[in-house]
Amino acid sequence: MNVSPTSPRWHTIAATVENKPGVLARVAGLFSRRGFNIHSLAVAPTEDEKFSRITFTVDIEGTPLDQVVKQLDKLINVVDISQLDPDASVERELMLVIVEVGEQRKELMEIVDDYRAYVLNEGDGKVLMSWSARPSRLDELEARLRPFGIVDMQRTGRVTLPSLGT
Amino acid sequence: MTSSNPNNGGEALVKALEYEGVDVMFGLPGGAILPVYDPILDSSIRHVLVRHEQGAGHMAEGYAHATGKPGVCMVTSGPAATNVVTPLADAMLDSVPMVCITGQVPLAAIGTDAFQECDTTGITMAVTKHNFLVTDAQDIPRIIHEAFHIATTGRPGPVLVDIPKDIVDPTNPKSAMTWYDPDSVPMELPGYRPVMEGDPALIEEAAALIAQAERPVLYVGGGVLKARAAEPLLKLAELLQIPVVTTLMARGAFPDRHELCLGMPGMHGNYTAVTAMQESDLLISLGARFDDRITGKLDGFAPTAKIIHVDIDPAELGKVRQYNVGIQGDCKLVIEGLIEATEKLGTSAQADRSDWRSTVSGWQEKFPLVYEDSLPGDKLKPQFVMEQLRDGNPHDTILCSGVGQHQMHASQFWKFDHPYTWINSGGLGTMGFSIPAAIGAKAGMPDRRVWAVDGDGNFQMTAQELVTATVEDIPIKVALFNNSYLGMVRQWQEMFYDERFSEVHLSDNVPDYVKWAEAMGAVGIRVESPEEVAPAIAKANEIDDRSVVVEFVTDARENVFPMVPAGKTNSELVVDPSQQHLIDGDTSGKGAAS
Repeated sequence: MNVSPTSPRWHTIAATVENKPGVLARVAGLFSRRGFNIHSLAVAPTEDEKFSRITFTVDIEGTPLDQVVKQLDKLINVVDISQLDPDASVERELMLVIVEVGEQRKELMEIVDDYRAYVLNEGDGKVLMSWSARPSRLDELEARLRPFGIVDMQRTGRVTLPSLGT
Repeated sequence: MTSSNPNNGGEALVKALEYEGVDVMFGLPGGAILPVYDPILDSSIRHVLVRHEQGAGHMAEGYAHATGKPGVCMVTSGPAATNVVTPLADAMLDSVPMVCITGQVPLAAIGTDAFQECDTTGITMAVTKHNFLVTDAQDIPRIIHEAFHIATTGRPGPVLVDIPKDIVDPTNPKSAMTWYDPDSVPMELPGYRPVMEGDPALIEEAAALIAQAERPVLYVGGGVLKARAAEPLLKLAELLQIPVVTTLMARGAFPDRHELCLGMPGMHGNYTAVTAMQESDLLISLGARFDDRITGKLDGFAPTAKIIHVDIDPAELGKVRQYNVGIQGDCKLVIEGLIEATEKLGTSAQADRSDWRSTVSGWQEKFPLVYEDSLPGDKLKPQFVMEQLRDGNPHDTILCSGVGQHQMHASQFWKFDHPYTWINSGGLGTMGFSIPAAIGAKAGMPDRRVWAVDGDGNFQMTAQELVTATVEDIPIKVALFNNSYLGMVRQWQEMFYDERFSEVHLSDNVPDYVKWAEAMGAVGIRVESPEEVAPAIAKANEIDDRSVVVEFVTDARENVFPMVPAGKTNSELVVDPSQQHLIDGDTSGKGAAS
């Protein structure tokens, strides 16, 4: 479980936890008191409602990943924990974004088509669109939209599952 | 407890505690926990009424340290719960098995800022191994069972169970429940699976590494005591003829009077223990955690040593120092495995360690713990008092310490020959620990002699529990080292702040400790001259029907040596001023710089 020096700075960890009140607070509290930094976090029940899966991305600069995983595993409500290798897993993140339409509606819609994003809502000189993709692709789209003027944006944080073989 | 099965949460809670084998608990009632105190009147459990909830927590810890059984305390909601936060944190850092029951406002009032409401589970999340908020009376027997299971297995620790008033109040329909034996239902702990057995392949690898080592040291921590592994440890050390250091949390895990014992390492460890670790080529860490008080400046710690790290908590392996062989497992089982693997290798497989043994014993001869006798008319030397206390008591005396200079002097000068005879606050460093901890130890081991060693600063934090000792007839003896100062802080100001003494002088004449002891129903004795010391100790030991406080008026100028200054490596150990010239001219301990 040692982290090689060439590992990327962000690591994705998925923890299966008991679906009980206060469990997220235990996880979040552990991160803060051990000085680990959470980059993003997504949490929802699994196929079995007794359990939730928390997927989080941690900044492991300064904190060995090994310690993060072992300390989390010590929490009584954490049932299972796995580090997800980006090369062997599928990652998705959802983004909702409101963009100014302005004069360049045509260019904007080309981008929407390019990325196969969805326009969910339009009005007041703005469009609200949604897109789900790999987080790095969301970064790309975000960069392309920025020149139009992003009015508001919300990303969910990534969710991940291991991919099914190769 | 009545013979019929409980039909409400309050009775079920008390019965569940009885079911877990609880014989003594420490606590103080209040509004939210009231319904549980009623069935206590009919219970076989002895309840010790404390004077402050912090005392209840430390008593539970002292009981657990001394007996190996989980300590139990019970308090009400709000301020009572916040008052046990310190003992919980203490138990967390020292891995003390403890179950704490707190009352809570009724379910419907939770979150409304009700009277004496606080978010107890939220507040204690970081200072417990686990905590529970019970919301259904029917769950009480199972959750109490889970709490004891978590507290006592794996790496032990404190578990808190927060219980809203309505589910234990028989006049409230929410308290209705049907009793079941707690272990007749499965525990609902899918994420809790402590690993006990060490990996046999790693144990063999460790045994092979030990066999090659020329300068090995057994680095023994509190985990050995928690695993009740003192016996196999002795066997392993003798089999391998490897010297042993016992950390502050492990004093007594290996007999101090044994020829292989080097005593305590660390910031105030003795020269030989510190230097042997520093010069070692293999540290065999058993239930220890490379605490900063042991390692000193980390990048200069034991620079040539390979590491075998054995711990039941996998998160300790590699947390501070990278290991060569890391074994997750119970210390007792792993030590037994190491003995077996070593025997399989045969004695001829072991490297020649005669040079190492003679180097180590050379250090022991050259750098014993020393202090100078007090001059006539001067105040007592604390080290002298500690030696007299040691020599005036049987070897199985239980010694409970507060935190500071007296604690270090006790660990240095006492001879711990038996496990579970030394009880102190090692990790959290909680001043005021000793008196309640000693009461808890005495409650658990009533036939043993229990001495608390305390400083005057410590004493003033929790002394009121001597009232508890008197009223509950749990007599302890207190050796109060009164130097009128917060002594350890004074030492740091002397050494590192140019003798600018800021807010460390308590008072030369108040309180009057003899009168205070008497006011609490104890016997008070003041001792000011060396010839009075032994007789006062003997007199205290003759009194068995109440507590005794022996105040020793000690010299505030006396510091604790050796000392590794904070931020320095262990090679920069400062020994007693009278020995410093020996270090300056020493060549055998090459790491020991002047």
